Amino acid sequence: MSVRKRTAAIVGVYNTRQGRTLDGQTSRSLAVEAVRGALDDAGIGLDSVDGITSGELSTTLIYDLRLGPAWQGFGFGLGMITEAAAAIENGMAEAVVLVAAQAGEYRDHEATAPWTRPENEFVASWGMFTAAEFALIARRHMHVYGTTREQMSIVAATIRNNGARNPEAVYYQRGPFAPDDITASRPIADPFHLLDCATTSEGGCALVVADVEKFDVARQPVYVLGSGFDFYGPSYQHPPAWDLTGRSGTDPNGIVGRRAADLAFAHAGLDRAEVDVLELYDPFSFEIIRQLEAFRFCPDGEGGPFVADGHIAIDGSHPVTTDGGTMSFSHAGTNPQMMQRAIRAVEQIRGDAGPLQVPEAHTALCSNGGAGALFTTVLLLGDQPR
Amino acid sequence: MTSEQLLQPQSGHVPHAESALSAPFWEGCRNQELRYQCCADCGQANFPPSEHCRICLSFRLDWMVSAGVGEIYSWTLVHRPVTADFAPPYAPAIVELREGYEMLTNIIGVAADELKVGLGVRVEFRSVNPDLTLPYFTGD
Repeated sequence: MSVRKRTAAIVGVYNTRQGRTLDGQTSRSLAVEAVRGALDDAGIGLDSVDGITSGELSTTLIYDLRLGPAWQGFGFGLGMITEAAAAIENGMAEAVVLVAAQAGEYRDHEATAPWTRPENEFVASWGMFTAAEFALIARRHMHVYGTTREQMSIVAATIRNNGARNPEAVYYQRGPFAPDDITASRPIADPFHLLDCATTSEGGCALVVADVEKFDVARQPVYVLGSGFDFYGPSYQHPPAWDLTGRSGTDPNGIVGRRAADLAFAHAGLDRAEVDVLELYDPFSFEIIRQLEAFRFCPDGEGGPFVADGHIAIDGSHPVTTDGGTMSFSHAGTNPQMMQRAIRAVEQIRGDAGPLQVPEAHTALCSNGGAGALFTTVLLLGDQPR
Repeated sequence: MTSEQLLQPQSGHVPHAESALSAPFWEGCRNQELRYQCCADCGQANFPPSEHCRICLSFRLDWMVSAGVGEIYSWTLVHRPVTADFAPPYAPAIVELREGYEMLTNIIGVAADELKVGLGVRVEFRSVNPDLTLPYFTGD
């Protein structure tokens, strides 16, 4: 493999205010604020931007921000970052803005959020939504490995207690929680209780990925060291079976993301032990246990005891989801909350995480997805291009 | 919920769709038959229906009738319904059919505290409205 110098880095990040509801805001008003904020953070002007990625909104934003002619991305979540870095390192753009925001799209709380409800004919009639999808994965792990309710509560309490100390979190000062508080919350979809689940909220965020040889950036660049993307099919259209396999017969859906992590680490030339902080995607408590196994931070089936031994605490050996994640920090729409795992990793690597700063955080792993959704993606970020 | 209370099918406005590809399945349900596709070339069961066999990519798929017998692979018990149209509690489950395929369903007719991985179940068709019959599963 030819080694090429990494020149693309995350040079700006910004979160708007996050809230259960943000009255007076729209998805667009938050997106514009986030674009301005991330560019200010980077020290790059809007006139220098020659690429944008915002899911389905990329073309609209190119027009409305008058960025054309510009590169546009098609990825989502962490994949937006990898895609933008690849575009820059292959000479297609120099400064790309990544943005997503949601406000005012979910106010009728009689039903679960619209993006959690599948429309597939073999799924919808059974009253499925994301909590039930992920519950079917968790239940299987409990059956096979003896993972306990208490171990899931330790995960949720750990992440929610991070959020309780994060002034930017929707649930700042909501806590601290003991594991028993999680188990005592009302049941949603067995084995999950309310406090095992992501919240729903509103907010926006943006990142800037730029060529560090072309710009004199204001802050410590954070480099994309490795990426991996594992998909098993469309989310929420087929039974979320732990044992679903493809043609290779290896790595069932229950450990989806293992291939992604292996590839990311190999590409980065990093060992697991060199990762300082794990900004894991936390739609439900069990998913953290699963990802720790899938990414090989602990052996298969031992994720439960691993979290119970304190490894994932903010001062533990494997601190996870240090902003409070989708449970406590924010869970706005489909895309912002996935991108925000990387924003938090950047904050940690820059030393900007305040009371939740992990000392000497140079390298971070971020994730998106989960076995209940049939995909998991991984991003490794670091302060050196390596 | 006590063990005397058995899980019930839905009776409200359950969302439903049907396509040209799946029409034989839903027609089967209305006739109390649990249908699935089987590949005429490699013999593998194929569900949900698709245009080609997921194993060997053959387009020669035949509709067969399942015995409707299997076991619970995984389950959940929903207390907070997806929409107000669903009455809780209800029990989504993945059932492995004897013919070698799996499907999502809801378990009815058993007590919530009797749900477990490996429980033997069989199909039980229930009409939730005049146009829709769903293949629920109950204890075998």
